Formats: sequence, C-alpha cells, structure tokens
Amino acid sequence: MSLLEINGIEKAFGAVKVLHGVTLNVAAGEVVGLVGDNGAGKSTLMKAITGVYPVDKGSVRLNGQDVTNTSPGDRRALGIEMIYQDLALAAQQDVANNIFLGREPTKRLWGLIPGMVDKARIDAEAQKMVDRLGVKIPSIHIPVGMLSGGQQQTIAIARALTFQPKLVIMDEPTAALAVKEVGSVLDLIAQMAAEGIGVILISHRLNDIFQACSRIVVLRRGAVIADLDRRHTDMAEVVSYIVGAHA
Amino acid sequence: MTLTSFFERANVRVESLIVLAGLVVLMSLISPVFLSFSNFFNILLATTTVGILAIGATFVISAAGIDLSLGSVLGLSSVVGAAMVLYLGLPWPFLIIGCLAAGTLAGAVNGLTVAVARVPAFIVTLGMMGIARGLALIISSGQGIYGLPPEILFLGQGRPFGIPTPVYILVITAAVAHFILAHTRFGHHTLALGDNEHAARATGINVRRLRLQLYALSGFMAGLAGLVFTARVNTGDPTAGLNYELAAITAAIIGGTNLFGGRGSILGTMIGALVMGILQNGLTLMNMQSYYQQMAIGTVLVAAVWLDQMRSRGRVL
Repeated sequence: MSLLEINGIEKAFGAVKVLHGVTLNVAAGEVVGLVGDNGAGKSTLMKAITGVYPVDKGSVRLNGQDVTNTSPGDRRALGIEMIYQDLALAAQQDVANNIFLGREPTKRLWGLIPGMVDKARIDAEAQKMVDRLGVKIPSIHIPVGMLSGGQQQTIAIARALTFQPKLVIMDEPTAALAVKEVGSVLDLIAQMAAEGIGVILISHRLNDIFQACSRIVVLRRGAVIADLDRRHTDMAEVVSYIVGAHA
Repeated sequence: MTLTSFFERANVRVESLIVLAGLVVLMSLISPVFLSFSNFFNILLATTTVGILAIGATFVISAAGIDLSLGSVLGLSSVVGAAMVLYLGLPWPFLIIGCLAAGTLAGAVNGLTVAVARVPAFIVTLGMMGIARGLALIISSGQGIYGLPPEILFLGQGRPFGIPTPVYILVITAAVAHFILAHTRFGHHTLALGDNEHAARATGINVRRLRLQLYALSGFMAGLAGLVFTARVNTGDPTAGLNYELAAITAAIIGGTNLFGGRGSILGTMIGALVMGILQNGLTLMNMQSYYQQMAIGTVLVAAVWLDQMRSRGRVL
C-alpha cells in the first residue's frame, strides 16, 4: 500500500478541463519529481492533493484513508504539508510564530483563563527545529521578512516538518535560491526521505530533480504521460516527454 | 532587556512615546492649567470614547482592513440604546444591551459584506457610515433622546474612588483587548491575515470567519463607545461620534499599527489615543475653536502615515 494514492482525478474550471484522470502513487520515504510544461496541471494537481480544490471525479487516499472530501485544514492535520513557491510566510511576524502559524499551542493564563498562546513553548520548539535543520539565523525572534531568501525557504520547510508530516509537497523550492542554498535544500529533502516522509518535488530545474528524486513523473495536458525510474532514464528523455516530442 | 526593546517587542513605536512626551511638555508650557490634577482626568475622560473606538480600529487595520463606520455606528448605538428605554419603556439594562447589540450587528453586517460578498472594506464601511448615521437620525427623528435612568448616568458620570467610570471602562477594555491581540490564537491569526492573506489561508486559518469576527468586534467597540458617550452626555444623540473614526484611526496609526496590516498593539493605540486626547484638551485650553481640532487631527494622521512610510523605506531612524 502506498502512502499517497491518487486515482483518476478529474478537475475542470468551467468549460476548461485541466486534469483528465490523473493517477499517481507515492510511497513513504520516496521522493517523486513532478515535471511538466506551464499549464500541464501541476499546480491544480497539488491543490487537489492538499484539498484547496475539490475534485470533480476520482479519489485521494492517504495511508488507505479516503480524504477526497476533507478540507485543507483536515488534510494538514492528517499529515499532508505543502511548501508554496511564494513560501506563504508572514513577513512581519517572527520566525517562531511563523513556524507555528495556524497551530499555536495554548495554555491557561494564571491557570484560569484559557486560550493563551504558549509563546515559551513555541519559541522552544521552533528553536529545536531550527537547530535540527542547521539553519543559521540570528534569532527566532526576528521578523521572517528580515531573513535572506534561502533562510526563508528553510523556515518554510521547518514549518512543514514541525508537525511530523507524512507527505510534503514542495513547489519550486530552489527557484529563488543561490547555488549553495540549493545544495542544502536538496540535502534536507534526502534527510526527509530517510526519515520516511514521502516527498513530491515540483521543479523546472531538471538538475535538481535528477539529484533529489528516485522517480520522475511527467504531466502533460492534464494527464500523466510518463512515470520514469531515475536510474533508467536521462534528461533528454524527460525533456522529450515534457515537450510532447517523445515517439 | 532595555526599555526600547521592551516597547519594540510589544509592537509599540518609540516615536509615539516621544510625540506624547513632547506634547505634554509643549502644552504645560502653553497653559499653566494643563498639568493640574483635575485636568488630568479631563484628558482621560476625553480619551475614553476615541480610545475605545481606536481599539476596534486597531484590530481591523492590523488585519489589513479598515472601518470608516466607527463614528456613525457609535451614533446609531447611542440612539438605539436610548430608544430601548425611553421609547419602548424597557428597564435600564436594555440600554446597555441595545447599544452593544446595535454596534455588534452593524459590525457583523460590515463583516458579512466584506468576507462573504467580497466587497472592499473601504467601500463597505464607507457605505455603513452613511447607513448607520441615516438610521440613527430616522429612529430619533433627528432629535436627541433625553432623560436616561440614573443607573446609566453612573456609567458616564460616576466617579468611584474619584476616577470617572468611563476611565475604568477604557482601561479594562484595553487590557482585555491587549490580551486578545497579543496572546490569543485569534490575535496571532489577525496579524498573520494582515501580513499575508495567502499565508493565513495556507496554514489552515479560516479567513472568512476571522474577517467576520473582526468587523463584528470593531462594531462591538463602537457600540461600547456609544454606551459610554450616551451615559456621559445623558442623551441618545444621533449626531454622536461624527468624524470620530478620523481620530480613532489616527490613534491606532500613531500607536504603531501598520496601515497595511500585520502589525498592531493595543498598548501603542492607547498612547495614540492619549495624544489625541491631549491635542483636543490643549486646543480647548488655548481657547481654540473646535473646528481647529479636526484640522489638527487630520494633519497628524497624514503626518503619522508619512513618517511610517519614510521609516519603512529606511530614511528615518
């Protein structure tokens, strides 16, 4: 049984059909690269997995559990995390609060009034996560907007990893990064896979895909046209599938 | 921890304290009465109505929204509360309920229109500004509603331990509001929504519900301010709170609330409200016509936003 099983997903926006029955499996600890031209349906497929878009047909299952009709919040609670290309960080809030955004633990003020955000716990656990990922930042108390692009990327990853995710979807995590920072993000992906997390990596940088992924799935015009083992393919073949030139 | 970093961490702009201190020095040089004990309570009393409104403004602006209907909703709630008792003959607690319910309801209508119908907040609350004022004038036939029960007058004119009751109401409301904005999930989510709406959505925050709650909260504050105002002047006044949103929004901005959302502090807003109160009080002591107060507040608002813009571009401080 795979970690994630997508079966025959169809999705249309009005008259425009974007996904034509996509079927895809991801196993625990596997890094799957998802590639395709602009407009191939990558973003729509990811939003169908995270629950942002309800699907017209087909099913999404996580560890055998049908999650097709659940909300994005529910799926996040079940362990599906998404790291967006724009990172979805709140620039003026501090690093620790960003990592716990939407999932702040609470305690009682003076043991009486409930609902007080437990900032001490947030700070302690955020610091632990930052240390674990080896991110070099001046402090977890500074606003995220003051960090470099690479540091912000790792904060977004830290947020996804703090709540023991089962599946992490990363949308162009290396597109805005310097060469050295790309290496550390790819190392992180390998580390996540080693811990048993399933990863879907979307990228236009085939070098990164070939370095990080064991399987490469090509999406074209809303359908999977190739599901390749990295060891038995090469960049030329992948490119030919992407542009639709494969015989 | 230095004093500066204490205020920075509380999201209070240190400049607002400098402005406050400068204003106090200036006013005490101009008027010998300014620093007297009795005038101190005059200032606080003058601060209460705008201060309570400014709390509502702080929440909404922190979430990258705006509420231009604060002053008009204050007027509506004043009339509705007084009408409950004096027109309908209900017992005095209904004045309190009427004020708070009218404010909250008007705010909830704002919230529904912004969050569900997705009309821009600027337009929605500008519309409500006209609707609430018109409704207040219709209900009261354009006349003040006089003769409130003594229990209500205590809320506006009582002085337990020598301190005016409205000051207690402002301090307690501000303390609760500070706790909510700085220390609850609701507060954290409010700032996150104002900072980056996509981030709020992506982390599973129910943005629609949050917006609805924020505008309802802002309306509740306008209702509370309406209650205090009504009790203070002993009148359900359909023209109450005219242009008060100007002072309330100015107080929030002076206090360090980011006009574009993501940052806000009730403590800062209270400093801003005090600046508004002192400005008003000082101009009165100088025998200036109240028309000048409007000009002064308007100028301060523009100047405060301008300074904030300069600072965020790194040109000042």
